Amino acid sequence: MAAVHGDAHSHGHDDHHPSGIMRWVTTTNHKDIGTMYLWFSFTMFLVGGFLAMGIRAELYQPGIQILEPELFNQFTTLHGLIMVFGAIMPAFVGFANWQVPMMIGAPDMAFARMNNWSFWLLPVAATLLVSSFFVPGGAAAGGWTFYPPLSVQGGLGVDLMIFSVHILGASSIMGSINIITTILNMRAPGMTLMKMPMFVWTWLITAYLLVLVMPVLAGTVTMLLTDRHFGTSFFNAAGGGDPVLFQHVFWFFGHPEVYIMILPAFGIVSEIIPTFSRKPLFGYSSMVYATASIAILSCVVWAHHMFTAGMPTVGQLFFMYATMLIAVPTGVKVFNWTATMWQGSMTFETPMLFSIGFIFLFVLGGFSGVICAIVPIDIQVQDTYYVIAHFHYVLVSGALFALFAGAYYWIPKWSGRMYNETLGKWHFWLSMFFFNLTFFVQHFLGLAGMPRRIPDYNLQFADFNMVSSIGAFGFGLTQLLFLYIMISCIRSGEKAPQKPWDGATTLEWTHLPSPAPYHSFEKPPVVN
Amino acid sequence: MVSNTDTKANNLMKKKLLIFALIMFVFGFALVPFYEKFCEVTGVNNLLQPDVRVKENRVDEARWITVELDANTRGLPWQFKPLQSSVKIHPGEPVDVMYEITNNSDREINGQAIPSYSPRNLEKYLKKFECFCFTKQVLKPNETRQMPVQFVIEPDLPPEIHTVTISYTFFELPDGASAIRK
Repeated sequence: MAAVHGDAHSHGHDDHHPSGIMRWVTTTNHKDIGTMYLWFSFTMFLVGGFLAMGIRAELYQPGIQILEPELFNQFTTLHGLIMVFGAIMPAFVGFANWQVPMMIGAPDMAFARMNNWSFWLLPVAATLLVSSFFVPGGAAAGGWTFYPPLSVQGGLGVDLMIFSVHILGASSIMGSINIITTILNMRAPGMTLMKMPMFVWTWLITAYLLVLVMPVLAGTVTMLLTDRHFGTSFFNAAGGGDPVLFQHVFWFFGHPEVYIMILPAFGIVSEIIPTFSRKPLFGYSSMVYATASIAILSCVVWAHHMFTAGMPTVGQLFFMYATMLIAVPTGVKVFNWTATMWQGSMTFETPMLFSIGFIFLFVLGGFSGVICAIVPIDIQVQDTYYVIAHFHYVLVSGALFALFAGAYYWIPKWSGRMYNETLGKWHFWLSMFFFNLTFFVQHFLGLAGMPRRIPDYNLQFADFNMVSSIGAFGFGLTQLLFLYIMISCIRSGEKAPQKPWDGATTLEWTHLPSPAPYHSFEKPPVVN
Repeated sequence: MVSNTDTKANNLMKKKLLIFALIMFVFGFALVPFYEKFCEVTGVNNLLQPDVRVKENRVDEARWITVELDANTRGLPWQFKPLQSSVKIHPGEPVDVMYEITNNSDREINGQAIPSYSPRNLEKYLKKFECFCFTKQVLKPNETRQMPVQFVIEPDLPPEIHTVTISYTFFELPDGASAIRK
């Protein structure tokens, strides 16, 4: 997950940079910043994971055992916020920082200082968010979507959350401006847009989505803040505002946001599947168009989160059909990945296992998504564990599995060392087993009517909840194995050759040694 | 710094993207009036839709409905009450009732009421022509004001309903806050 650059000076570069902590604070190197993003997101993953363990421990059996309802609600709220904004998104930005310049033959990101700034905003935002547990009234507790009226009424914790979201938004916008400019302006000669690796394509589109919707989120939380403190009534019903308006504006951001978290995952998997199938990616251009279609469609489906909030039938029908339409370009992608594997000489190293696991489980999550898109069913399953199961299938076994796949795939290039393949496979299979143990049963709980965000439940749900909690504890512990694998790889893994995966074709494998030198592609490579 | 880094082109790009982000920030706020206009035009949000009096009122004289009037305040030192606690009416018949607010404190206070109806879905059959809800009320110290409500309950109200409740809650409106109707 991180690389050791202790020997960076030995590569004969004459620019000196500070050592120790100041090196990391002042660095403008895309590899350093990528490393910091990845460690930061893994730390936040552990924090969010701790909250998840608390939630599952409380739900292990009926009744209130560990967390009082107020604290339970804070746990669910912060678990969501931290995992979305602190873990998954920065992790993908970390991948972009490391990989985009190396994959397009650029020396660094376009705006190196802004890159440093967009990273260092994150720990500030995270501190605000986590410290809100310790203010009077506790952290925000109205769900990660912070709907009013709860978010208008809540205490200081909500204000801290609002500022934190502002800062995270600023960081994301700067990060995506950097990524767009790097990709559009700094490609090596000969690398046309349609020759870019899929990972770069997916990030280009993701970055555009970020610039499109992140400012809207910033506007939304600003309105919330002025409703809370400056007497406006955008969402405050007591002043004539409309809470349903908040839901529209929030999901105008929120739905593209879920694609922001999955498109780079598609990109990572689209790099790994061809490598370990030893075949070029099937249907490259259809893959690009599918990604773009998903991004465009994602902007016109937001109200499928609000079918029960009150909407005319014609609106429900439009959002239902538009949502189901997204299954088409997504289906194209799954078809292409499968066709890439077809008749390939496949091997099943850990990155490939995680990628195949990704395809398998993401398709399951996609199917339950289509089911949720159907209005009459959605009215039944809204705010139940069925929805929880659905989005954990696309975010954990989707985004997170792709992140694991990418970490195993690129760690030899980043650190110059190989990870332990046996342990990696254990990590995959344990994750696979415990993930499904945790979340598959939640489909049944949801269909039976168990509501989300409630610390207690009816006795009829007890057995499945116990199974789910055991799965969650197993899944949580398994991720410590990942930490161990990565640390032991970085410290004492076997030396990695320049191209440990013989099917790899992108520039970082063909042109750069392992570990990638601190400054790479100062002279751009020529791409044929 | 390096060969394929064109700082000028990059900065131009950065400027364009920042402007785009700024436009999207403003767009977020623009969604508010857009949403209100959209709801008004399409009639989606019936809170924003003024009720109009139908000329030929069909009055169902065979039916009696009890309308209970309820009044609450939340967090402001006003006395708020209907002048009659309930009225018996025929569906389709226009009704006038009166509410009264008194500011018991020694400061000027802005307040605003929001309505609430029972049973569920009553708002489909309730047409109000005159109402004080969603309107800013400014009361000087110890001032009292009477406010009328004119409404009709339509005859197609489901027959099993005999009693309905119309409830208002007054909230304090902070200084500078704008009510939905002035």
